[in-house]
Amino acid sequence: MADTVSIKPGPALAAATKAGIEPRGAKPRRTLSGRNIMLYGTLAVAALYYLLPLYVMVVTSLKGMPEIRLGNIFSPPLEVTFEPWAKAWATACTGLNCDGLSRGFWNSVRITVPSTLISILVASVNGYALANWKFKGADLFFTILIVGAFIPYQVMIYPIVIVLREMGIYGTLTGLIIVHTIFGMPILTLLFRNYFSSLPEELFKAARIDGAGFWQIYFRIMLPMSLPIFVVAMILQITGIWNDFLFGVVFTRPEYYPMTVQLNNIVNSVQGVKEYNVNMAATLLTGAVPLFVYFVSGRLFVRGIAAGAVKG
Amino acid sequence: MTGQAHTGRPSKLLRNLSSKIASIPMMLTAVVIFLGGTVWTVVYSFTNSKLLPRAKFVGLDQYERLWDAPRWIVSIQNLAIYGIFTLIFSLVIGFLLAALMDQKIRFENTFRTIFLYPFALSFIVTGLVWQWILNPEFGVQSVVRSLGWESFTFDPLYNSDIVIYGVLIAGLWQGTGLVMCLLLAGLRGIDEDIWKAARVDGIPMWKTYLFIVIPMMRPVFITTLVIIASGIVKVYDLVVAQTSGGPGISSEVPAKYVYDYMFQAQNLGQGFAASTMMLVTVAIIIVPWAYLEFGGRKRG
Repeated sequence: MADTVSIKPGPALAAATKAGIEPRGAKPRRTLSGRNIMLYGTLAVAALYYLLPLYVMVVTSLKGMPEIRLGNIFSPPLEVTFEPWAKAWATACTGLNCDGLSRGFWNSVRITVPSTLISILVASVNGYALANWKFKGADLFFTILIVGAFIPYQVMIYPIVIVLREMGIYGTLTGLIIVHTIFGMPILTLLFRNYFSSLPEELFKAARIDGAGFWQIYFRIMLPMSLPIFVVAMILQITGIWNDFLFGVVFTRPEYYPMTVQLNNIVNSVQGVKEYNVNMAATLLTGAVPLFVYFVSGRLFVRGIAAGAVKG
Repeated sequence: MTGQAHTGRPSKLLRNLSSKIASIPMMLTAVVIFLGGTVWTVVYSFTNSKLLPRAKFVGLDQYERLWDAPRWIVSIQNLAIYGIFTLIFSLVIGFLLAALMDQKIRFENTFRTIFLYPFALSFIVTGLVWQWILNPEFGVQSVVRSLGWESFTFDPLYNSDIVIYGVLIAGLWQGTGLVMCLLLAGLRGIDEDIWKAARVDGIPMWKTYLFIVIPMMRPVFITTLVIIASGIVKVYDLVVAQTSGGPGISSEVPAKYVYDYMFQAQNLGQGFAASTMMLVTVAIIIVPWAYLEFGGRKRG
């Protein structure tokens, strides 16, 4: 691949520059077909590699089991069947019950929606307080929060279990929602703090002079002005919470397991004959929500992860 | 009422009261969960807690047992292999892709969408797809064999010597898009004039990248490195989905060790000790970086 980028205007130019002669105009970058073939060829091969698993998932999920046993995983289905999808959704077994992924899907919805909303509300208010109403010691808490983002979850899981158990909500959806709010806080607070700090201060001052208080300024000025960053935060949270596995498995009872946990239980269950087509349909169904968010949101997603990347 | 109006009043605590009330969730999270929880786990890693945490201290017993456990040693080795190769490959592949994307190509958005979409998927989905593709009976191995190469063997998930590389393939597929995106953003941040100057001087493009652009992107690389590294330490769901730690214990990782001892084996002390070791690993990565990045400026 390095070859692709090394094809460059020759050394003649260097000699000319050394002799003090101005380069004779911008040497038009030759649309060297060789260079372009290398460039686009490499990119296309890489793109194929990235697309392959998605393709395999789709074709496998549309085949019947006899065809899977005979054919190879890359061949398109001879006979398209949607039965695996129906089965994955409604009747696949996890070892505990046989009502398919639908249960996990609705659990995930019931986890993701409130967790996203609450974590964003809490974090945006935190960020706003840090940006505009800083009090003594606020930075200390914020620093602990950001450093905490790097601590492996495994270190904090058990103390949280104890706290939730004491509160009587260990194993419930409420408990899991609180956990998601906690672990979403560092990155979201950072995101909102930075965004609110970048807004012109005059706005805030003018509102203060007009007698607006903390909440009034938040709801009537900051919130309406910051819709893009709220969308970024939502993308970040929806995909992150939907894809979570660890918290789901630790903090909820089996009847509340989110989709990822249930998917893993279906596919990796040791009982019965492996139905690869059903497994792949189930996998696609679980990936569908974040993929949908990803394809719809486009550039905003990139912004979200660039912000999320600061956290790591 | 906002205390702000009465500045200078004796009750300092009431100043900026709304802001303080609004920050309660943050303060609680920071102090109780992040700080308190971490300290609690570290302290209890010196106890012999089994089913329930008990404050009966036994010194370094748990750590000695931990480092005597073959499963922990395998976990650490796997993490090291997975970590080193993930760092190298995701930085190299990510940078090459970013450099290619930076050639003012057409369809840039399409390519980016393709390279990045795996990152939107969960590790569970990633693990299961690659479990299927690497399935020796139906996957890559069987396809190559059916093309006529009968003796072709590629079954990383069923071979305990190389299983971790099977996990690595899946992990790279999921994560390189992010690295590409971060580095591409870094490349875009390089002043156009640098490129022009290099071109005027007739420096070949690869040399410009190697000796001028990459050194200039040092901060971006360090941030990316820290992001990849702290993700590596956390690797858990990928292994659970793809191999469940098998065959045998050959693809175990520390995060899984912690989970299994805390919630399955009812041996909390071991779990705490193992998670404390994870914390130490992260600290080794993060502290020098944080010191370099923020240390000098903040203290000043």
